[in-house]
Parts: sequence; structure tokens; C-alpha cells
Amino acid sequence: MVRFTSKRPILLQGHERSLTQVKYNAEGDLLFSCSKDDTVNAWYSHNGERLGTYGGHNGTVWTLDVDYQTKFLVTGSADNMMKLWDVETGQCLYTWEFLTAVKRVAFSEDGELIVCVTEQRAVAQGAIRVFKINRHDGRIQDPEPISLFHPIGTKATLASFGWDSKHIITGHESGKVAIFDAKTGEELRANEKAHHEPVTDLQLAPDRSYFVTSSKDKSARLHDSRTLAVLKTYTTETPLNSAAIAPLRPYVLLGGGQDAMSVTTTSLRQGKFETRFWHKVFEEEVGRVRGHFGPINTIAVHPDGRSYSSGGEDGFVRVHFFDVSYFKARPYGDLEAEE
Amino acid sequence: MPVPEPSVNGYHHDADEDIDYTDIDEKYAVHYDESFLDNIIVVDGIPIVKAERKERLVTKLGQDFNRLGASFKPGSLHMPWDDENGQNRGYVFIEYPTVDQANSAIAAIHGYRFDKNHAFAANRFADIEKFTNMEETYVEPGQEEFKAREHLRAWLGDPQGRDQYVILRGDDLQVFWNGRNGSSALVIGRPRWTESYVAWSPAGTFMATFHIQGVQFWGGPSWTRVRRLVHPHVKLLDFSPGENYVVTWSNEPIQIPENARTGPDIFSSDDEGNSVAVWDLKSGFVLRTFPSGQQGEDSATKKMVWPMLKWSGDDRYVARIQPGQQISVYELPGMHLVDKKSIKIEGMQDFEWCPWGDRDRDDQDGKTKGKRARENILAYWTPEVVNQPARVTLMSFPSRTQLRSKNLFNVSDCKLHWQNQGDFLCVKVDRHTRTKKSLYCNLEIFRMREKDFPVEVLEIKDAVISFTWEPRGERFCIITTNDPNFGNAAPGITIKTAIHFYQLERTKGDFRLLKTIENKTSNSVFWSPKGRHVVLATMGSQSKFDMEFWDLDFTGDDAPRSDKDPGANIQLLNTTEHYGVTDIEWDPSGRFVASSASAWRHTLENGYALWDFRGQELSKQVLDRFKQFLWRPRPRTLLSKDQQREIRKKLREYSKQFDEEDAAEESTVSAELIASRRRLIDEWNAWRIKVKRELKEEKGKRPQQRHLQEKVEEYVDEIIEETIEEVLE
Repeated sequence: MVRFTSKRPILLQGHERSLTQVKYNAEGDLLFSCSKDDTVNAWYSHNGERLGTYGGHNGTVWTLDVDYQTKFLVTGSADNMMKLWDVETGQCLYTWEFLTAVKRVAFSEDGELIVCVTEQRAVAQGAIRVFKINRHDGRIQDPEPISLFHPIGTKATLASFGWDSKHIITGHESGKVAIFDAKTGEELRANEKAHHEPVTDLQLAPDRSYFVTSSKDKSARLHDSRTLAVLKTYTTETPLNSAAIAPLRPYVLLGGGQDAMSVTTTSLRQGKFETRFWHKVFEEEVGRVRGHFGPINTIAVHPDGRSYSSGGEDGFVRVHFFDVSYFKARPYGDLEAEE
Repeated sequence: MPVPEPSVNGYHHDADEDIDYTDIDEKYAVHYDESFLDNIIVVDGIPIVKAERKERLVTKLGQDFNRLGASFKPGSLHMPWDDENGQNRGYVFIEYPTVDQANSAIAAIHGYRFDKNHAFAANRFADIEKFTNMEETYVEPGQEEFKAREHLRAWLGDPQGRDQYVILRGDDLQVFWNGRNGSSALVIGRPRWTESYVAWSPAGTFMATFHIQGVQFWGGPSWTRVRRLVHPHVKLLDFSPGENYVVTWSNEPIQIPENARTGPDIFSSDDEGNSVAVWDLKSGFVLRTFPSGQQGEDSATKKMVWPMLKWSGDDRYVARIQPGQQISVYELPGMHLVDKKSIKIEGMQDFEWCPWGDRDRDDQDGKTKGKRARENILAYWTPEVVNQPARVTLMSFPSRTQLRSKNLFNVSDCKLHWQNQGDFLCVKVDRHTRTKKSLYCNLEIFRMREKDFPVEVLEIKDAVISFTWEPRGERFCIITTNDPNFGNAAPGITIKTAIHFYQLERTKGDFRLLKTIENKTSNSVFWSPKGRHVVLATMGSQSKFDMEFWDLDFTGDDAPRSDKDPGANIQLLNTTEHYGVTDIEWDPSGRFVASSASAWRHTLENGYALWDFRGQELSKQVLDRFKQFLWRPRPRTLLSKDQQREIRKKLREYSKQFDEEDAAEESTVSAELIASRRRLIDEWNAWRIKVKRELKEEKGKRPQQRHLQEKVEEYVDEIIEETIEEVLE
């Protein structure tokens, strides 16, 4: 089996509670993390030094995203607010407030749009909003979304722009995956049975032509961004919280583990708190990386494909660097998959 | 939901006329003829009287019927009258308000003797109609076409001699061939094939699945249903050794619904309230049913023991114990009590039949000249009572002669362990010291093939937690412990044990210790069905899941055993671990071992692993909701002793052939795998190229930010260096 990570991983101890999302910027020099302790951190990804924090939320920060220029950072929180930050100065530029918690935010590829998913509660329906961002002066933003729609049936928990800024791919609590028109809110395509339990993460390939979803149903799947056809299925034996696509090598990274509720009653080994590497095409597990002592909540791969980060229920972010053998090893001989 | 538009201009009317209702009409048409005749009965055999006595007769009938519980309303009796002769016609019609009352009236009246000369015959009026209208000429029923049954043992004809196993995952059953190198091939899989679990018959002929309605038996190459036994809520099943009979148990007493169909294959009203049933598997007939549990004082508090009925090795007898009182032995297939009396033994606790060995079967089949098969033997024990010692007795059956008995003292419990060929019986006697404070153990070993059944006693100072005979062998293995934690099991504590191997010394005729392995945690022993190899496992622990593979004849069968170190041939082959293991089973050939972690016990890493006899892992499957793994047993070999010896002699020749086959198989497997991977990669690459082309076309129309981003990525390294400098300042 291939040795995946060399040297000791960098342990980022900047959060007091479990991680909710980690994300690299487009260049990969910075890593952003948010957690249930209300803070958002930015780190230098190569040495783990903290660049700064973005303080201002009064509740679990569920989600964040950074635009392609690393100019703006957007965060969504359980305090019902979505904030836009200046990455460089750490200033909060603008705040949108809703009736319910913000579960997911994402920039479009060109950074002009933000999609935002709000929680379904008695006071308000679950909603997906799309905002147009004023990129010249971040302080002046339109408080109203350019489109707002409510998915019917099962609530959406995840959203991301699809292969272009006109389409939004969503993941739902029932396990459904769907494509919506960003402007009209019309459901264009849906795969009701993509998973049979809540979808927990949705990450697109670098060229946005396909994406991976993870689910509590213990499996992860690769979908075609246009047709929603399921290309590949990776079945594990533990509920999954996150899935990411690795550039350079044909792998997907899966993370999860026993639910937080039952963690105290299970040992490290039983918990499966490992990052699993699956061959993207052969649907075979090729390796695991241990380290966390709680479930892995979120995984992000460096855009250059040479390192990755995982954020756990244990409150740590671990930055792992791939070993030389990870790149050199050819366990499947000369069978090379196109990226 | 959208509300349909209200009809305009009598639209609905038109539609009505077009629709053809005949099918619905037919379905709901009321069939008058039968339903109203059903509550009229005809009673025949009424005394013929003249007009003046008619009143009296009617009154008397009323009284009698009332007494029988079939009272009718005055006026509902109609007595046809023969006006010509001035007398009645000898039958009456009675109308009851309901069909049920009519039915019970028939049951009550039919056969009733009114007086010396008159007995009533009651019938349903509708039946009379039916039978009078019946065709008088006898039409011979057509010969049912003979359908040849599939060969139930076809799986034994596998050219590669593979064994099968079944796995239960959720409610889905899958049967696999176990290839030689850990490769498995699916034989058949069906979703929701069973509702609780699965079982094989002792020789592997049938696979039994459990359902609310009863048990189903499957077999043959196409896995069709061979037999179905209706026993609602059946929970447990036990086969007779020869697969001729089965015993089923349900925790719900049998209830017979009223007007139930009757037949030999279903329960009748005599069986009501019982919960154990004996069936003939070939015909599917119920032979007899028994109430659950033992009748007696504290039957409620007593734990149920399964199998409740114990079979003699030749399928001829089945015995049922009533602890403390008697053993009732029934003869098959009649299920009558043998000699019409049970074996009464005061205080008797437990008994076991002596199993039939290959030798006994050969004797019975007449393969050995001049020898008659040994009579069935059963062994039982009685505990100490006031002035009487505890006693183990061997009795032959059906002659009921006591063959041997042995008195025992200071006994707290006894366990009877037969060697599977019926050559030896070990009575594991748990004894207490006079103060009753500490326990120790005696092994009383009866040699069954020798004259007068000599007994040897081995005294073991520690508590013995497991005793196992080597199948078809002369060795046994015991596990002892002197761990202070033994007996007060706290979670997380794994008790220390020692394992001992003993062997029969042919010349002296007694058993001697071969080897002791100290300081272990193993608490379960699994002998290979062919003997020689043994797996020692730590099970039921929460932290240790060790499996040790031992070979008892490491240097080969024929190597001389030195007296100095009799255990030199006992070698550890491998130590492994299967996390969360709950079950271990050898395959019938003794080549493979399956260990499994069942979701019935815990939900951690459920699945199974296959090992070879040396302890090399061949494959491991971790499967969600995995519950059960069972090897399909094999029947007794058809080869004679000489033929087996011949094969053993030529093993070297065969092994060369097998090696070649293995190599060929391996290369085809890897070739197949590479081909399938190649296919997957080609599919993927084709898709990627197509998508990339499409993206390129589309991107051409879009603004240039993509280029911008790509450019930046080229300088990633440089940017990182810059940031470092900043930090240092």
C-alpha cells in the first residue's frame, strides 16, 4: 500500500470547538477554517501559521467561501447572518441578516455571485438566495438577493454553483441532489435517490464538470454536473461528513466517522476517524490516513494537489503533505486516468 | 391537489354510458343460491309417525336439540309430510339464523341416537343439493405428470470440489462458492429470502429459511422450494441427523382457526396449545406435537433448552427429557412411545445419545462382514441426593439394559461430551471441595469400544471452561482457568486461561497430557472437522480478538512421538486478530476457516473473513448489517477406507495438478481484473475528453477570468516564499 503522507502533519489549534468547514483559496497559499466556536481563521497553508481571525459572528459559523482573487471572504452562521469580509484587512464589509441560520455559502467562479442556503425553521421556509456582489466597493451591497427560491419537499442543506454561474447544484436532507436555475429558481434536474440519507458535503472538480457528494448513508458518489448521472459510488462502513476530489492523482478523499453522539462510547479504532483515499475510477479504497480522535467534519485538498487539510469534531485542523511515493507509486500499472 | 373542474353540460352523464361496467358487476354480483342455503340443515333418521303424534315428536325434538346445544326457534323446523300414507317422511329441515349456528348444530346432532332404532344424520342443505346434482359416473382423475426432482446434492459434483457458504445481510441471503484462493463466486442471491435467519440441514441438502408462516426448505441447482412446513411464528428448528425429520418450535402455542383446512401436513385441533412439532421432511406431514417446556414445578423459571428433542444417530428414535423424572423415547416415523412407557429415572438431569460413527454406519450397511451395528446407547446422569451418590449411567436402547454406571461424589454439575464417532464419552464433572468454596474438575472418560467400557479419571485442579474432542480423533483439548476473576464476569476483563492437549496412549489405554500452553486468553476451541488443526480464539471479550492457528501434527502424521517431549508436534502456525469476531466456523473440508462479526451481537465492523488452515487471511469483507455466515455441510464420504488411503498416498501427484490449476486460475483472474480496469479507465477517459472538449467550446465564449486564474497558479511557489519573508520581518 502506498504511503500517503510524509513528515508530521501540521496541527492547527486555533479553534475551541469542532470544525465545520475548511477551504483553500484559489492559489492554495491560504487556508480558511470556521468552527462552532464562532470564529473564522485564516492560516498560511505551508507552515500552519495563523494569518488572522475574522471575529464578529455570535454563533456557530457553519460555512465559508473565498473568491478566486482572495479578495472577499463570505461566511454564514447560526446567528442568522451572512457576512462579507475583506480577506486582507479582516474587516467585515457587509452583513446580511435572515430569519434562520445560514448553512452554506459559495461564490460563483467569477466571484460576482454568492449563493446562500438558509435553514428551514418554523419562522421561515428553507431558502436559497443568490446575491450579486459589488466587487469594486465591498461596503456597498444590495441587501436584496437577485433571486430567492424555496426547494419543495425536502430542505436543501448544500449548494454550489454548477459548471457555470447560471446553475446551482444543491444537496438535500433526503439524499436528493438537484440542479436549479440560478435566476428563476426552477428545478431543472433532480436525482431523488442520489443518497438515501442526508447529503453532507458537495465539492466540485476543478473544472466543475463533475462533483462528489458524501452522505450519512455511508457512501460517497461522483456525479456528472450537467446530467446528475451517478458516475461512481464509493461505499464505506461509516457515515461520511465530507468528500473532496484530489487534483493530480485519481483519488477522492472521504472523511467521517461515528456520530458525535456516540463517540464517547466507541474507541478510536471503532470510530473510523480516518481520511480514506478511494480510487476515483476503480471505486477501490487505496489507503487511509489517521490522526483525528473524533469524526472528520470537513476535508479540503490544496489546489495543487500536494497537500490536504481535514477539520475534525475534535477541534483540530490537520494539514497533511503527500509523500513522494504518493505521486510516484503506480499501483495500477500504466492505467492512468484523465484528470 | 388540484380540484377537478366541475362538470359542464352533463359531461359526466355521457361518460357514464360509455364505460363498460360488466367486470365490476360480475365482481360484486350477489350469489344468492349458496349463501342462504348454508344456514339450513337437513336431519335424517327421524322416527316416522302418524299425524296424531306429530306434535309430540316436534316437542321432543325441540327438547333434545336444546339439550345438545342446537336449539332452534319454533317455526324454523319444517317436517315434510307424506299425505298419501298420513305420516312424515323421516327427515326434517331446520333453519338457523346464522351459518355458524347451523354448523355447530350439525356437529352436535350428527350421529345422535334418538332412541334404539333412530340415529340422526345431519347435513348441510347445500351439501345435499350438491351431492344429488353430482355426476354419478366415476371419472378417473388424470395421471399427474411426473416431475423429476432436481438432484438435491448436485453441489457436491463441483469439478473443483469447492464448498459453499451462505451469508445473511439484512434480510438478503447470498450463497457463494468458496474458491481455493479466497476468490468467491456468487451462486445465488435473493433479497428478503428469510425473515429471521438461515440454517443448513446436517448434510447440507437443504437450506431452511424462517418466516412468520413457517419454515421453507430450499435445495437443488435451481434453489427451488423443496418443502414448506406451516408453523406460525416458528423460531427454532432442529434436524434429525439423517435429515429425515425436523423439529420446530414456536413461542406461540398453536391455534387452530375455525373451519381450518385439514390435512396431514397441517396442525389439527389435537395440536392446539402445543408449540413443538415433529415433521417428516420427505412428506411434509406433522408427526406429532408437544407442549413447550417441561411439565413440572418450576417450568416457568426454567430456561428453555434447545434442542428439546434429541435424536438417536440412526434417526430411529427421538427422546424427550422431563428433568428429574423420565426420558420419553418415541419411535419414528410413528412417533409412538417405545414399549408404551418412558424410562423413569428419579432425579435424572440430562442425557445424550451416543452419536453414530462411520464404523457403526458401515456395520449397519453391511459393509463389514459378520458385525451387527451397535445398539443405540444413551448416557445420563443423576445428581447426589441425601444418601445416594451422583451417578452416570450408560444404557442401551431399546433393550434398556444398563451397560455401565459410575458413582461420583461432591458433584455440582456434570456435562456429557461424546466424541463425534461415538468412541469416547467424557463426563466433565465440576466438583466442589467439602467446604463448597472452591471448584475443581474431574474428567471421567469412558472408552466405548472396549469391553466393559473402562473409565479413566483425570483430575484437573482448576476450573475447566471448555472441553472439546478432536473430531474422529483420540485427542481432546481443555481450557482451564485459575483466574480470580473467573465467575464474576465484569465488562472489560479478559480472564487468563491455559490450554491443554491430551491424547489416548494406545498401549496403556489411558490419556496423557501432550502439551500445556499457559498464560493465554483464549476461551474457545474450534477443531477442524478433519482433526489435526485447531483454532483457539478469544471471544466475547471487548478488547481481545485473538485467533491462533495450531497444528497438532506439525512434523507429519507418521513422525514418531518422543516420550520426552510428547508435545513437540504441536506447533503454533499463526496468530491473528479479527476485530469484533463473534463466530468462527471451519469449512467441511477442514481447509478454510471463516470468522465473522455479526450485527446480532454488536454493530462494529460487521462482516466476515476467510482464512486458510495456516491462519493466512484470504479475504475479508466488511459489510453493513451483516448477520450470519454458514458453511454448507457435506454428507458423509462415499469412499471406503481403502479408497481414502489410496488418495492420501497419491497426494503428491494430485497436488502438482492442483498447483497448475491454481496458477491458471490466478492468471485468468488477474487478466480479467486488468481488463476490467482497462475498460473502466477507457470509459472514464472517453467521458473526460468529451467533457473537456465541451468545456473548451463553452469557455471560449466566456470572459477570460479562467486564464487569469491559471496564470496565478503558475506562480504559486513564488508567492509562498514572499509571504514567508513578510512573516520573518
